[in-house]
Amino acid sequence: MSFAPHLVFGGRLAGDPDAMTETGERPRVGFFTDTSVCIGCKACEVACKEWNAIPEDGLLLTGMSYDNTQGLGADTWRHVAFIEQRKPVDVFQAAGQADAGSKLVDGAGPELRWLMASDVCKHCTHAACLDVCPTGSLFRTEFGTVVVQEDICNGCGYCIPACPYGVIDQRKGDGRAWKCTMCYDRLGAGMEPACAKACPTDSIQFGPLDELRERAEIRVRALHDAGQPEARLYGHDPGDGVGGVGAFFLLLDEPEVYGLPPDPVVTTRDLPSMWRHAAAAAVAMAAGVAACFLRTGRRPR
Amino acid sequence: MAECHPVGFQWVMEAKARGAKVIHVDPRFTRTSAMADVHVPLRAGSDIAFLGGIINHVLRNDAYFRDYVVAYTNAPVILREDFRDTEDLDGLFSGFDPGSRAYDNATWQYAGLEVQAAAGQRDQEYDRRTQGGGPEVAEAARGETAGSGGFPIAAGYPPRDPTLQHPRCVFQVLKRHYARYTPEMVERVCGVPQDVFRTVCDLITGNSGRDRTTAFAYAVGWTQHTVGVQYIRAAAILQLLLGNIGRPGGGILALRGHASIQGSTDIPTLFNLLPGYLPMPHAHEHEDLDTYVQAEAARKGFWGDMRAYMVSLLKAYWGDAATAANDYRFDYLPRLTGSHSTYETVMAQLDGVCKGYFLLGENPAVGSADAKMQRLGMANLDWLVVRDFSLIESATWWKDGPEIETGELRTEDIATEVFFLPAAAHTEKDGSFTNTQRMLQWHHAAVEPPGQARSDLWFAYHLGRLVRAALAGSTDEMDRPILDLTWDYPVKGENAEPDAEAVLAEINGRAADGRPLSAYTELSDDGSTSCGCWIYCGVRAEGVNQAARRKPGRDQNWVAPEWGWAWPANRRILYNRASADPDGRPWSERKALVWWDAAQGRWTGHDVPDFVPDRPPGYTPPEGARAADALAGDDPFIMQADGKAWLYVPTGLVDGPLPAHYEPQDSPFTNPLYRQQRNPARHLPSPHPDNRYQPVGSPVYPYVATTYRLTEHHTAGGMSRWQPYLAELQPEFFCEVSPELARERGLEHLGWATIISARNVIEARVLVTERMTPLTVDGRTLHQIGLPYHWGPNGYSTGDAANELLHMALDPNTHIQESKAIACDIRPGRRPRGPQAAALVRSYRRRAGITGATGTEV
Repeated sequence: MSFAPHLVFGGRLAGDPDAMTETGERPRVGFFTDTSVCIGCKACEVACKEWNAIPEDGLLLTGMSYDNTQGLGADTWRHVAFIEQRKPVDVFQAAGQADAGSKLVDGAGPELRWLMASDVCKHCTHAACLDVCPTGSLFRTEFGTVVVQEDICNGCGYCIPACPYGVIDQRKGDGRAWKCTMCYDRLGAGMEPACAKACPTDSIQFGPLDELRERAEIRVRALHDAGQPEARLYGHDPGDGVGGVGAFFLLLDEPEVYGLPPDPVVTTRDLPSMWRHAAAAAVAMAAGVAACFLRTGRRPR
Repeated sequence: MAECHPVGFQWVMEAKARGAKVIHVDPRFTRTSAMADVHVPLRAGSDIAFLGGIINHVLRNDAYFRDYVVAYTNAPVILREDFRDTEDLDGLFSGFDPGSRAYDNATWQYAGLEVQAAAGQRDQEYDRRTQGGGPEVAEAARGETAGSGGFPIAAGYPPRDPTLQHPRCVFQVLKRHYARYTPEMVERVCGVPQDVFRTVCDLITGNSGRDRTTAFAYAVGWTQHTVGVQYIRAAAILQLLLGNIGRPGGGILALRGHASIQGSTDIPTLFNLLPGYLPMPHAHEHEDLDTYVQAEAARKGFWGDMRAYMVSLLKAYWGDAATAANDYRFDYLPRLTGSHSTYETVMAQLDGVCKGYFLLGENPAVGSADAKMQRLGMANLDWLVVRDFSLIESATWWKDGPEIETGELRTEDIATEVFFLPAAAHTEKDGSFTNTQRMLQWHHAAVEPPGQARSDLWFAYHLGRLVRAALAGSTDEMDRPILDLTWDYPVKGENAEPDAEAVLAEINGRAADGRPLSAYTELSDDGSTSCGCWIYCGVRAEGVNQAARRKPGRDQNWVAPEWGWAWPANRRILYNRASADPDGRPWSERKALVWWDAAQGRWTGHDVPDFVPDRPPGYTPPEGARAADALAGDDPFIMQADGKAWLYVPTGLVDGPLPAHYEPQDSPFTNPLYRQQRNPARHLPSPHPDNRYQPVGSPVYPYVATTYRLTEHHTAGGMSRWQPYLAELQPEFFCEVSPELARERGLEHLGWATIISARNVIEARVLVTERMTPLTVDGRTLHQIGLPYHWGPNGYSTGDAANELLHMALDPNTHIQESKAIACDIRPGRRPRGPQAAALVRSYRRRAGITGATGTEV
């Protein structure tokens, strides 16, 4: 059994980023990705690959709109999704509401929307990848982010099924696990991550998570006021199944539309109770065995 | 704009966040449409009908900014009695000569003015005498010289009717001209439903006037039509009627295709211009400096000082060798004898006249219209020099181009000697970019170029040095212009890289004592000043590289004058005198930019005033005043010959004083507006079997294709298809079609399609998307096909080149090809290989009945 002992701690898991802020070391930082202003330029994807020297991963025309990246993986740490959809909208009524923030008219029929959204590792508050890492390669940084140390990772791959978002991935021909580091090296040098730096429309915003959450609430309200009631935040709630994430989003449709799980739960959520149960079972078994020996010991020869 | 200018688009998003409405007019639903409040799909090639419809709406509903229009445009000016509009001649203006396919613009002039012999006409006669050809010289130099100014008109003051009621005043002519551009006609021509059209009209007019302004931004696709200049003119008319020029938040912004295309017209790579939009002299017409200046500069406004600009340029070129006694070596300048545009150069290559070719960062074998013609032209050269980052198609067509595959060319028959020289990237050299706002931003080399890669500056300087060394000691007069050049730039580093800032210093100009000049108003015509580009004078004022300034916006006012440097004189908005009313007060506080300060006796404001600094609003020039002295206090358009903006263009354009809708060269429709089908003055190069045109409304080519760029790639791909990180984002050439067209032609998503025009055949993967919308045009359904033009057979990501399909019919003013609207056919499956490919194109031509004369009708 190689699981690290911290897994059996009750209550909050070790390495909890919010706990860290309570100690006053550093504010936890993160991403707020506002997809309502994403123009799908993919500068984030390219900047990420350039800065982190991630390999190009194949020329495949997918036919999924302009998304030829398909998803996050070992060689893709930022992924821009493109969703073409028609929503039934009364165009004439919408045209009358010239002050509304939503699309007024289109050629014909229901409104055509082209949603674009840059996905990234969520840097979960309760990060299952980190929980299951046997080598300590995955760790919680002083910024509250979750990072894989490539010189420590032994390629066991436990982290991969542990991620509720399917983010972390093993690189072919390498075997080790790779994902977004939130540009740990740049943060250390006082710079913002490459994707946020490259984003021309500030769709990707980087900063202290508390500030980002406030900003996001204001933005959602503004969109609601402007006639976009479908705007909602995703991953901002510390009460959700992963304890809130360090990279949250403003979406214009259900998370599933963007390929995001609607209600992610840290896959190690039940580990403490499982371990408690296991421990109880072990204790019970040990007690039983001991009882047997005791009984045996008492047996008259 | 979001597709091709994502970084610039951040300001659109910023405006949107402040409540701006964004309207996107494009045949396709693009990334820009996704961000827009309104997307209007229209038929490619129908924009003048669309804009004309809005102009008509504005005029009919009195939605124009009357005070602005009366004071600052030529709307009140009365035209000659013998002018005839397209209304009178069913699509033609008066003065058209079908034989030469050219206009004599004498009848287009203002009434009562003595008309100068039209420069074009003089040239036509010279041309007929010497070459027996078309009016090529007429077209050669004029169109683009308006880049920073207007055209000469006769001296004097034309009669005006400030009530705008005179039947022959520009305003009434305009009203009649656009009366037929009704919402019904817009729907019929463009395929835009009337309610959508009205929404656009309401949004634009509701957001223009004293308190509000509307901006137009166009990608250069607008210029890529046989009526390209008139597209821009139509937008200019609309913006002037609405009072949206010279004011903050207004204007017409050309989103240029490369980082410094503005810079390459300011200090041009064009055959017909010298730096600062000084026209290239013509043979016979411009024998000496005086006749040149007389022909080009007899007018008021700042062009009136053109002699000073020209003499200073000649001093920059030839230094001490240029003196008053030898006319400042005006005779050293080359002379135009005809048009030498890209496409005519190709024809000259095919004719064996043009024997050498430099391609510096250009990939015509993929990026130019009728790419096959480009390759055939190059195959007829003696030598070809290609400087690029990678072995682009224009460097390797002789061994692996499409014609090698079809057997039309054989490597062993090609005598062209091809030199490939690796080029340095912008990160590897110092220099400046000039953006669409005319703003120069300096960039510094971050790293040394790898291997033998060198900057273009290095190449040009050392090539010149070697040529001069080879000619040294020559007594041949022909070599004097080269040997007398000032060619003394300091070099630095191991690679002997010329100092780019020394070039900037030469461009900025120097006084007699060598001191850097700070404004073009300091330039003199007596040979005491030198200046490499008069409009850039001041970019190195005080000897400081003003283009390298990077003061953050938060540390200065909202105009941000200390970020970079904008020509002229660091003005951020041209003609900004128009942001104030005739009395010099801002039209509204909300839109205040510059104003007259009576106490100080000067113009002042947030921006540098684009006006004579101390000229009061009520000033009337004395009789006989010339140049800038002739500008009245309410003449904001200081580069125009009459100080006013031109709704109507009496001179300077070769294809009409007002924009009229003509169908594209290859169109599936007859022109619903006039009997005249196509632009009668469009420029058609001499006939060639690989540049055939299609018949009007041919069922053989029933669809309309339009070419464009994707965010992920750059132009002809030389900078992106070899980059794995970019190639993987858009890995293959594809065409975009609607689900309806896919059903009609049996096209499968991600399958292959073959696309055929009268020129060539290509294949592409199919992307079926609702972002392509079928339109109802002239009563029937029209399907449009989207073709990104980035690909070619070389590189990491490969595919056929969309530009193989294009023809070489050109805008007559600018000689730009019609890339954005061609008729074609599409069918499922891959294209034939080898000789069968050419056979398929021929079979289509036969079915359509195409001959050498097809489409060449006036």
